[in-house]
Amino acid sequence: MSSPPLANLQNANKTKEELPLTEIIVITSGKGGVGKTTTSAALGTGLAQKGHKTVIIDFDVGLRNLDLIMGCERRVVYDFVNVINGEANLNQALIKDKRTDNLFILPASQTRDKDALTQEGVQRVLEELKKDFEYIVCDSPAGIEKGAFMAMYFADRAIIVTNPEVSSVRDSDRILGLLQSKTYRAENNQPPIQEHLLLTRYNPDRVDLGEMLSVEDVEDILAIKLLGVIPESKSVLKASNQGAPVILDDESDAGQAYDDATRRLLGEEVEQRFIEKAKQGIFKRMFGVR
Amino acid sequence: MAFLDYFRTKQKNSANLAKERLQIIVAHERSTREQPDYLPALQKDLIEVISKYVAISQDQVCVNLEKEGEYSVLELNITFPEEQAVS
Ligand SMILES: Nc1ncnc2c1ncn2[C@@H]1O[C@H](COP(=O)(O)OP(=O)(O)OP(=O)(O)O)[C@@H](O)[C@H]1O
Ligand SMILES: [Mg+2]
Repeated sequence: MSSPPLANLQNANKTKEELPLTEIIVITSGKGGVGKTTTSAALGTGLAQKGHKTVIIDFDVGLRNLDLIMGCERRVVYDFVNVINGEANLNQALIKDKRTDNLFILPASQTRDKDALTQEGVQRVLEELKKDFEYIVCDSPAGIEKGAFMAMYFADRAIIVTNPEVSSVRDSDRILGLLQSKTYRAENNQPPIQEHLLLTRYNPDRVDLGEMLSVEDVEDILAIKLLGVIPESKSVLKASNQGAPVILDDESDAGQAYDDATRRLLGEEVEQRFIEKAKQGIFKRMFGVR
Repeated sequence: MAFLDYFRTKQKNSANLAKERLQIIVAHERSTREQPDYLPALQKDLIEVISKYVAISQDQVCVNLEKEGEYSVLELNITFPEEQAVS
C-alpha cells in the first residue's frame, strides 16, 4: 500500500478546504454572570473574522441575551426552539451578522420553558448546522440544569469561563465533572472533550495585593489548559451598551485579550498578556521602591 | 520597608485563604463525584434490611466507596445505639 487508507478516503472526497470538520465549542461555567455570553460573542466573532464560518447558538432559553450583546435583537423572528419544533427552518431562524462576514446567530426563545430543548432536537439542529459551519459556539445558560446540560452534551471542546473568585472556581470544577461524565463523548467512550480555562474579569492589581486569586492559583486548582485571561475592563460594558462584541474594539485590553484567545483556540502560540500589573502600585510609586 | 511588608502580608492572606479553602472543598467534591449513582439507593436498602433486626435511623448508616488503585472498597459503617450494641 502506498498511502494510508485515510488519505485515500480524503482524496476520494473533496479537498479539506471544501469539507472542513465542524467543531462544537461550548462556553460554560456553572456560576451565572461570569462572562459566558460576552465570551461567546467575542470568540464567535473572532473565529469568523479569521475566515471561519461560525454560528453562535444561544442556549439560554427564556433568558436570551446573546442577541442584545451582538446587536441583532430587533432582527429576531424565529428562534432555536422554533427550529427544533419544526415551526421554522434553520435559514429562517439564522441571523446573519451585519458587521462580521461568516458569522451567524441562532437566538434562544424568550418565552418557552426549558423543556423545549430535547436532546434529539438539539442533535438534529447541530447535525444540520455541521453541513454548513466550521465552528458552532454554544452559549450555555448558568447552572447545571437541563439548558446547561444540552449546551455541553454534544461538544468537542469546552471553554470554562471562570472568575478569580471562590464560588466561580468551585462551580467550574463541578462543570468539569459533568463534562467528563454526562456528555456524548463521555457516554460513548470517545476521546474526551478538550477543556480550556478562560479566566475573565481578572484584575492584576488586586492579585498583586493578594486580594484576588491569581492565574496560577486557579490553574493549580482546576488543572486544565489555560486559553487566556480577560482583564476586568470598562470596554466590556461599553461594548454591550452598543451591541457590538468587545473583540471589535481592537484598542481595548479586553478586545485584544479575546483576539489572543481566538488565535490560541485556532492553534497559534500567543504569549499570555494582561496578567501582570500594568503600572507600579501606589505604594511603590509613592516611595520609589523598586 | 517594614510597614509596607506588613500591609502586603496582611492582604496576601485573603487570596491564599481562598486558595486553601478551594483546594479542600474541590478535593472533597471530586471524591464524592466519582461514587456510583447507586450508592444512595444501596444505603437505603441496607437500612431497610438492618431495620428488620435493629432499630436504626438513616444517619447511623454510612456507605462509602473508596478507590484504591486497581480495586474499590465498599465501606459500611453502622453505629448502634449503646443499649443495642450487646445483644
Ligand atoms: N472582562 C470583563 N470586564 C468587565 N465586565 C465584564 C467582563 N466580562 C463580563 N463582564 C460583565 O459581567 C456581566 C455578565 O456578563 P455575561 O452576561 O457575559 O455573563 P454570563 O455568564 O453570560 O451570564 P449568565 O450566567 O446570566 O448567562 C455583564 O454585565 C458584563 O458586562
Ligand atoms: Mg449569558
